[in-house]
Formats: sequence, structure tokens, C-alpha cells
Amino acid sequence: METIRTDALTLSYGDRLIIDEMNLTIPKGEITVFIGANGCGKSTLLRSIARLLKPQDGSILLSGEDIAKLPTKEVAKKLAILPQSPEAPEGLTVMQLVKQGRFPYQTWLKQWSFDDEKIVSSALEATGMLGLSDRPVDELSGGQRQRAWIAMTLAQDTDILLLDEPTTYLDMTHQIEILDLLFELNEQEGRTIVMVLHDLNLACRYAHNIVAIKDQQIYAQGKPEEVVSCRLVQDVFDMNCEVTIDPLFGTPLCIPYGRGRCILKGGNLNVAK
Amino acid sequence: MKTYKSFRLFNGRISFLIHTKALKVCLLLFGILSAVFIASTGLGDMKISPLRVIQVFFGGGTEFEHLVVVDFRLPRMFVALFAGMALAAAGGILQGMIRNPLASPDIIGITGGASAAVVGFLALFSNEDNSLTVSMQWMPAAAFAGAFITALLVYFFAWRKGVSPVRLVLIGIGLSALMQAVTTMVMIMGPIYRASQANIWITGTVNGSSWDNVAVLVPWAGAMLIAAFISARNINAQELGDELASGIGSKVQKQRFLLLVISTGLVGVAVAFAGGIGFVGLMAPHMARRLVGSSFGALLPASAFIGGILVLLADLIGRTLFLPLEVPAGVFTAAIGAPYFIYLLFKTRNS
Repeated sequence: METIRTDALTLSYGDRLIIDEMNLTIPKGEITVFIGANGCGKSTLLRSIARLLKPQDGSILLSGEDIAKLPTKEVAKKLAILPQSPEAPEGLTVMQLVKQGRFPYQTWLKQWSFDDEKIVSSALEATGMLGLSDRPVDELSGGQRQRAWIAMTLAQDTDILLLDEPTTYLDMTHQIEILDLLFELNEQEGRTIVMVLHDLNLACRYAHNIVAIKDQQIYAQGKPEEVVSCRLVQDVFDMNCEVTIDPLFGTPLCIPYGRGRCILKGGNLNVAK
Repeated sequence: MKTYKSFRLFNGRISFLIHTKALKVCLLLFGILSAVFIASTGLGDMKISPLRVIQVFFGGGTEFEHLVVVDFRLPRMFVALFAGMALAAAGGILQGMIRNPLASPDIIGITGGASAAVVGFLALFSNEDNSLTVSMQWMPAAAFAGAFITALLVYFFAWRKGVSPVRLVLIGIGLSALMQAVTTMVMIMGPIYRASQANIWITGTVNGSSWDNVAVLVPWAGAMLIAAFISARNINAQELGDELASGIGSKVQKQRFLLLVISTGLVGVAVAFAGGIGFVGLMAPHMARRLVGSSFGALLPASAFIGGILVLLADLIGRTLFLPLEVPAGVFTAAIGAPYFIYLLFKTRNS
């Protein structure tokens, strides 16, 4: 099982410092979710862990080895990344997309080994895409499309999956569907999943481990039930809220204050602001 | 999965996944290409039936038929065929790499560079009597050099910690415009006779091709086409975008450079012998995508075959329909290509 750790990782875009000497250990075999305000650098951090962005300083260690020094194909066998809202070329079918996940295992003469065949079909099956494999990706619905992309990362057959906001632009049903799928992949196959999510309540429900990012640093890390509090939401998102317990799951549930229609008798929540 | 057929040899040391329909379409296109090649060789001032043409290929026929087919027509057919295939394959590579269906060799300035070089060559080496001071043999070399130097410049200016497709296109359009200006200026300032000669070249023609041309074009274009075919997997990866391509373990920048070299080589050698035949690099990959889908393993051969068919047909029309006038092949590729381009723009605008 592969592990990920960052060592005094510093990231920047030009002069702008994004992450400052961060030491982060991702627990293996668990679901970790990065949370934070827009522009706090959570996506950037995820991309750098996937070696898509070179660190300004410090390093990312994949099972103890500096990721920048490993051959990129070797890295691709250990971790897969799904960027935010990827776009498939016009007319590319699900099958043609998913089999590209086998890229790091192939050579020109060996483009379709028995392993390739087995793993691609199990990736299609796990994501429920077998019946749609000959359909062009750009003709699928949002949820199906996202499952096709996830199937491609699964075809990479890696211990670690990194996903940047996998539920963006999806309606509620498909958000849950995608998160359930990822949860099952973690439960059944023990894959380490690291993702960026915007919805704090869903993050609390699905994550074993939450990393809150603020001021180029880790503000807090741990089980959602231990770290998510009014104080954290106030500090990280600059928002007043009540944190209660999700009546279905028992995980933390954040209810923001603000304006809006209050139909409780005698209640006026705006006061709390 | 009936759509696909697994193909394995030597205990799985060689293995491919074949899209059955795409394979059939490719074979069919190859058949059409061969038919057009043979029929077109037989057509002209002196008509020879396709069967006779095949007989002549294998050493039969009369001495006169042999002269017409082998000495007069075949070099021209080969130049048309390989120029068409090269331009189409280069267009396909660029569309995948730049991730834009409107990309073509003209857009990133390669063709413009070759034109400027040819015009410059004609102006530079002409004396007062309007005759060239060096052998005409050097003109393809000038075109090729022009294509490569422009491509290098585009790459160099687009470089900023790696080359992004958008910068490549923007710089390409800019340099293309500059080359156009140079071309026009030299043509206006030079003698009128040279200007018309240059103009025919810029439009694109395979008239006057010789076996010497074929001897350079065919091995070079053939090698580049094979290199392109071998790179198909990497073009597929590039088409996913930089992040996903890196994610699955492709060396994006290195591959982008290699693919640029291959496409410049293809375009350079095609324009060197056939001039600036336009729109083939834009149209052929599009038509191919419609027929065989978006996987480059099938898309590249299919576009190459379509490119060959287009240029062979354009040349056939140009040299038979308006006799005794001879119209450059480029006129016809543009005549179909320009409306096609507008149709594409219209379609992308609506989607």
C-alpha cells in the first residue's frame, strides 16, 4: 500500500505564495477531504501531490520517495488524478477513454494485454458503465460522464485516487451517486482517496479525515466529528454557523446563519450575526 | 463486446485492441484510394483503361503506354498521393495536440513560412533576364527550410515553462500573418513573371513532378507517416488535456515537441513538392473522425487515405476538366475546403 506525505512543501504561482512549508501526512486506506475557502490552495495542493505542479520548495513523498524523481509512468501506476471538470475529445467513446487509463502499463507493441482487458472491464463494471461503453462521452449525462472519467482513473489500477471537486456541476442525486461510488471503492478495495469538496456537510459524511486549509497552512486535520466546529467554520470560511448532528448519519452538520425567510415562531436568526 | 476484437501474438508479447468497424472503414478507404490512383493515372489527354494501367504497372502494355504512365503520369500521382497523405496526417496530429477541430498546418504558420521561403528564393536567385541563377532543384529545399524555421520560431516564442496549445496557436497566427506580409511584399517588388510562378506554387500544384521528387518525398513522408502512426497513443493522451495526459504518465512536453517535429516534417516535405495545397489538413481529419471515431490509431490512417484521395481528385479535375488550361490542384481543395471550414465554424458555434 502506497503512502503520501509532504515535506516542508511550498507552492506558489509566480510571486503569490499558495502553500507555505506544509507537512501533511495522508492516512492510507482512508478518504481524506481537503476543505477551505475559494482560493485557499486546496486544489493547488492536490495538483502538486499528483505531480502536475512543481513545488517551489520541499517535496512530496510517495512511499518515502520524492515524487519529482520518480519516472512519471511509475507514478501513474501508483496514483491517479481526476482534474476538475475534464473535457473529452469530440466523439471519443467511453471504452476508448477508459482504456487510456492503461497508458502507463502499455508499450507500442503491447497495447492490450490480458491484464488491460481484465482491469478495463472491471473498471467499467464498478462504475456501472459496461452498458454504455460504446457511447460517445460527450453525449452522456453529467453523472454518467463523471463515472466514465472515474472508470478511467480506476483503469490505472492505483492504490491512490486524487479527485478535484468530483461533484461540481452535478445535481444532488448524482453528487450522492458519485460519492457513494467512491465510498464503496474505499470500503471494498481499501483505496486511499483524496479529494477536494465544496460541500462541508457531504465532506463530513464521507470523509474519515478532513484537512482544513487556511493561510497557506493546515488549520486542522482529523476526523470530521473531532475537528468540525463553529469555530473552524468561522476561521476557515469566515462564516457564522451552528454545528449540529446529522439526524441520519450522526456526522457534523453545519447550518449557516444569514438572511432568509425564518418561519420559526419568534425566531430571528439574523441577530446571531 | 463485438465492437472490438482482441489481437494477440507470441504469448501476448504483441497485443492490440481492434475496433472492427474502424478497421473495415480504413480498408475500404484504402480500396477507394487505390481505385482513384489507378483511374486517375489512366485519365488525361490520352485515356488508358484502369486494367491497362495495372498491366503497365506490372511491365505490360505498349511502349507508348509505358512512357505516358510511368514517365509522365506516375511521378505526379505519387507526389499528389503522398502530399495529400502527409498534409492530412499533419492536420490530424495538430488537431489532437491543440485540442481544436479548427487547427491545421496553415494556422500554426508552417505553410506560411514555406511560402515566404519559396518567394524569397525566387526573388533572391533571379537575375535581370528573369532566369534563375541556381537550379530549380533547390526550391523544395527552400520550402522545407522555411517550414522548419517558422515552426522553430513558433515553438520558441510560445515557450514559457513548457508550451501550451493556446500560445502555440496565437503565436502561429501572428507569425503566419508576418510571413504572408513578407510573401506579398517580395512578390510585388519582384519581376511579374516570378510573381505568377510563385503564385502558382503558393496555390499548390503537382504539375511538373519528376521521379527525382518522388525519390525524396516518398521515403521521407513515408517515414514520418509511420512515426505518426506509432505516436497515435500519445496523441490520444494529448487530446485529453495536459493534466490528464500527465496523470496517466505521458511526458506531455516531450511528446508535444516530437509531435510538432513530425507534423512540421510532414507539412514541410508536402509543400516542398506540391506547394501550399490548402484545407486538406483541415478537412481530411474531420471527415475521418466522422467515419472512424476519435481514436488516433484509426483516425490517422483514415485521414491520410482521405487526404490522398482529395489531392488526387483535385489534381485530376484540375488537369482534365478545363483543357487545355491546367488549374492548380490547390484551387479545388480550397473550393471544397473553404465552404467546409465555414460549415465547421457554424457547427461549433451552435454546439
